[in-house]
Amino acid sequence: MAAATGARIGVVTFPGTLDDRDAARAVRLAGAEAVALWHADDDLQGVDAVVLPGGFSYGDYLRAGAIARFAPMMDKIVDAAHGGLPVLGICNGFQLLTESHLLPGSMIKNNHLHFICREQVLTVENASTVWTNEYAAGERITIPLKNQDGQYVADERTLDELEGEGRVAFRYEGVNPNGSRRGIAGITNARGNVVGLMPHPEHAVEAGFGPDSEHGAKAGTDGLRFFTSVIASLVHA
Amino acid sequence: MGRVVVDVMPKPEILDPQGKAVVGALPRLGFTQFTSVRQGKRFELEVEGPVTPEILAAAQQAAETLLSNPVIEDVVRVADAS
Amino acid sequence: MTAPKPTLDTVENAAATPDEEQPFASLGLKPDEYQRIKDILGRRPTAAELAMYSVMWSEHCSYKSSKIHLSKFGAKTTDEMKKHLLVGIGENAGVVEIGDGWAVTFKVESHNHPSFVEPYQGAATGVGGIVRDIISMGARPVAVMDQLRFGDVEHPDTARVVHGVVSGVGGYGNSLGLPNIGGELVFDASYQGNPLVNALCLGVLRHEDIHLANASGVGNKVVLFGARTGGDGIGGASILASETFEDGVPAKRPSVQVGDPFMEKVLIECCLELYAAEVVEGIQDLGAAGISCATSELASNGDGGMHVWLDDVLLRDPTLNAGEILMSESQERMMAVVTPAKLEQFLAITKKWDVETAVIGEVNDSGRLTIDHHGQRIVDVDPRTVAHEGPVYDRPYARPAWQDGLNADTTVAAGLARPATGDELRAAALAVLGSPNHSSKAWVTNQYDRFVQGNTALAQPDDSGVVRVDESTNLGVALSTDANGRYAKLDPRTGAQLALAEAYRNVATTGARPLAITDCLNFGSPEDPDSMWQLVEAIEGLADGCFELGTPVTGGNVSLYNGTGEPGQIDSSIHPTPVVGVLGVIDDVTRATASGWRTEGQTIFLLGTTRAELDGSAWADVVHRHLGGVPPRLDLAAEKALADVLVNASRDELVDAAHDLSEGGLVQALLESCLRYGVGARVSIAGLVERDGVTEFEALFSESVARAVVSVPRGEEQRLVDACVARGVPLLKLGETGAVVGDEPALVVDGLFEVPLAEAREVFEGALPAIFG
Repeated sequence: MAAATGARIGVVTFPGTLDDRDAARAVRLAGAEAVALWHADDDLQGVDAVVLPGGFSYGDYLRAGAIARFAPMMDKIVDAAHGGLPVLGICNGFQLLTESHLLPGSMIKNNHLHFICREQVLTVENASTVWTNEYAAGERITIPLKNQDGQYVADERTLDELEGEGRVAFRYEGVNPNGSRRGIAGITNARGNVVGLMPHPEHAVEAGFGPDSEHGAKAGTDGLRFFTSVIASLVHA
Repeated sequence: MGRVVVDVMPKPEILDPQGKAVVGALPRLGFTQFTSVRQGKRFELEVEGPVTPEILAAAQQAAETLLSNPVIEDVVRVADAS
Repeated sequence: MTAPKPTLDTVENAAATPDEEQPFASLGLKPDEYQRIKDILGRRPTAAELAMYSVMWSEHCSYKSSKIHLSKFGAKTTDEMKKHLLVGIGENAGVVEIGDGWAVTFKVESHNHPSFVEPYQGAATGVGGIVRDIISMGARPVAVMDQLRFGDVEHPDTARVVHGVVSGVGGYGNSLGLPNIGGELVFDASYQGNPLVNALCLGVLRHEDIHLANASGVGNKVVLFGARTGGDGIGGASILASETFEDGVPAKRPSVQVGDPFMEKVLIECCLELYAAEVVEGIQDLGAAGISCATSELASNGDGGMHVWLDDVLLRDPTLNAGEILMSESQERMMAVVTPAKLEQFLAITKKWDVETAVIGEVNDSGRLTIDHHGQRIVDVDPRTVAHEGPVYDRPYARPAWQDGLNADTTVAAGLARPATGDELRAAALAVLGSPNHSSKAWVTNQYDRFVQGNTALAQPDDSGVVRVDESTNLGVALSTDANGRYAKLDPRTGAQLALAEAYRNVATTGARPLAITDCLNFGSPEDPDSMWQLVEAIEGLADGCFELGTPVTGGNVSLYNGTGEPGQIDSSIHPTPVVGVLGVIDDVTRATASGWRTEGQTIFLLGTTRAELDGSAWADVVHRHLGGVPPRLDLAAEKALADVLVNASRDELVDAAHDLSEGGLVQALLESCLRYGVGARVSIAGLVERDGVTEFEALFSESVARAVVSVPRGEEQRLVDACVARGVPLLKLGETGAVVGDEPALVVDGLFEVPLAEAREVFEGALPAIFG
């Protein structure tokens, strides 16, 4: 399908990935072409950005993202991210980014030990990354959260650094649903091209199938601007 | 302060999806020596004083009733690790 | 690992040693069943054959006690009812066409006994099993639901089972990327020691994608792929081992099956790629009875012959003997029939997904299923005698001696104190709202992913789950399941029909047109005439009900022996629990009717007639712990008329919200409708009391069928009135959405009581977390 913007965004599938088709739909709804990337390949097919979607790669049996990080495709993505390629890691994708050391810290089991699925309010704290530039700093958005290992942890020095450098991209608002340190829901690298978060923006892109919002039941589309943000930054680049 | 270590493993005849996922990943990283992996749990129980035989017996009992699920897991070690 | 050298019980050996004693009784076979096997074969069975027959002739696999009664479903299905059915009863799951070339397949199945032994794995593998049924039809699984029944919340063992089962359903379903769109959660002492864990899966496919379980085409390869075969679920078969192995073996065999959801997720994607590449001739999932079931069913549904080399089965445990390999219930396995020309392509796809695959056999036209192990023939049977021609029993059944006494013990006869004043009615309403069975299920459903796949339009706590099938048109389906074991205990025939009626009503409430049925019949021992009577009554009732509503049963499952007591007592078994699932079609899922008020100032109407029906009710249970009398009167004609109004009103946008009335009656429905989006309501029941000749208490708490509350946008009232009048559905204006007490939204029942929604919410949402943490 030819996309209006001409942007091509890769969505990677690992064994056990669950939200790849959702992420591809979000990319399309935002106006870009979704390019399916397979973990075992090592060709990025010239994509302009990459989404690492949610799921349970390799069952999350060792640690979330721990086995998937060694996929040939991940080698390419890590290299390209160092060169400035926009990369968004959602949930398992965020865990993968920390296992790959593109982002600091790690995720452990939720503090209440249950899987949790809820419509979560977040504050956008950094609206200058390539994935958040269409939000306003301080804006509150509602997107679904669903995970088992979502408690963000890092040592105090790392947390201070993240705060000091404005690299906390999203913070949980109201409820801290999993015990994450300092309520951190998502972070960015210093350059602002690599962003990871636990909640799922790709589940809040289409009225009728998203979270409830002031526009009506299931009407929330607050997640769409992740994808329009990166398209905008690609077009302006 | 004393410490008791308890190791719990999935029963040999029970499927261990965790170990299976790891053994599948190892050769991809060049570790071709390992033919089987099983993933278990280690608990560290601390006590105020030294680890006495009574403490070990209590730890054994705790391991069999709470720390392991006897339907699918075995307690393979209860040891003084002080 | 070195296994002792097996001494095989070959076909030749069996023929030569006709008098060798065999442990048929320990494998669950009756003497006459064993004799029948000998008659069929003309010799004694080999150990491996005995293993196959024993599992395939078990109640679980052969339906031997229920078969003659289940045939009534088919007999009551007319050609008109079949017109949307692409595949009916008898396959892994039924397939229903829903328009535009789309079809859906759905089925509910039980995993009750394993879930008591090991709740997490029992529930997890229950989800895994039903999902594989759906994959094997050629469909992509798109949603799951779970119907859970546990013992009394006060009992010390209940929490163990609840935590394990809920984590297991979630742990498996969430890892597969299947949204959980609803289900049931019931606590009742009758399920103590015998919880019910039923799981439903919905799949979507194009008409041309339907796959069936048959092995046709002489020379085609039989391929086993997925997880390796281990000793899972064959505890009972170990006794065979002592006969076929020399000293010191076997290792202890686990009776618990462990699930690997990651393997299953990979298997789903792998199968869909195999279907898309058109390299699969026939396919069968491996569930109960494992390879025994898959080979015998594939062979007898196809050209009738198959040969299997058992040594080629990939094993997790090399010490397994032939009988154990044949009986193993290791999870996450599939068996496909592939033409030699496409085998290479098939293997390339399974390799891409890292799915281990072995060619273990070949289709032939011998009419026999033959199996070799270590180069010797150990099975030589007519596959039909294994798969389809097992014993069939017409078990004795009779109305239980205690039934009349139970029916005579009505809420009136028992003299149960009824609330009368506003304060008393308010207290009773909040007691029901905060009881474990009628409070918010969010503690459970928040542990399930309802967003994945991006097609969920409605999910719990809405009346039905609604999912989109076609992204370009928003065509989709609604699904609801129901069973009220209390009603079914009072009257199993009516109880089954009431379950059907409520699920049907729930589907219609969202605006979907009900189309097809699946059921999971959970009952006590068929060898207890009391339980058998309940089963027969329920099946006949359900078959009649489906006929009257014009919605066919497409498939399902029977689970018997759910009981721990001595036969003949009133509490020998669980409450008879016929879970009925209704599937409906909706043209545009984004226009599905919401289950609660969203806008203030809309008119609230009550549709249907209220009678004084409190026996078996939520009020009697919660307030008085009483069960006796007769259930509400069934009225399927009224259900059809109500459904017609609701479906058309949804399409024509005459209703903004609709919620069915069921357990807890009108007041529970009003409270839930308020709490869904936090919008209050002011109602008066004076008109209802007068029109239907009931007391205020009966008006609020009666559980009469064929009723719903709706909220109607300003200006549409007359059109709804006309629609109801045209179809003979009684309609009464109750009030208006949007009441506020102080600054707080509230439910105000004029002249009786008011409940601030904040207070109601605390009661409603706090109940389960307070019990289970």
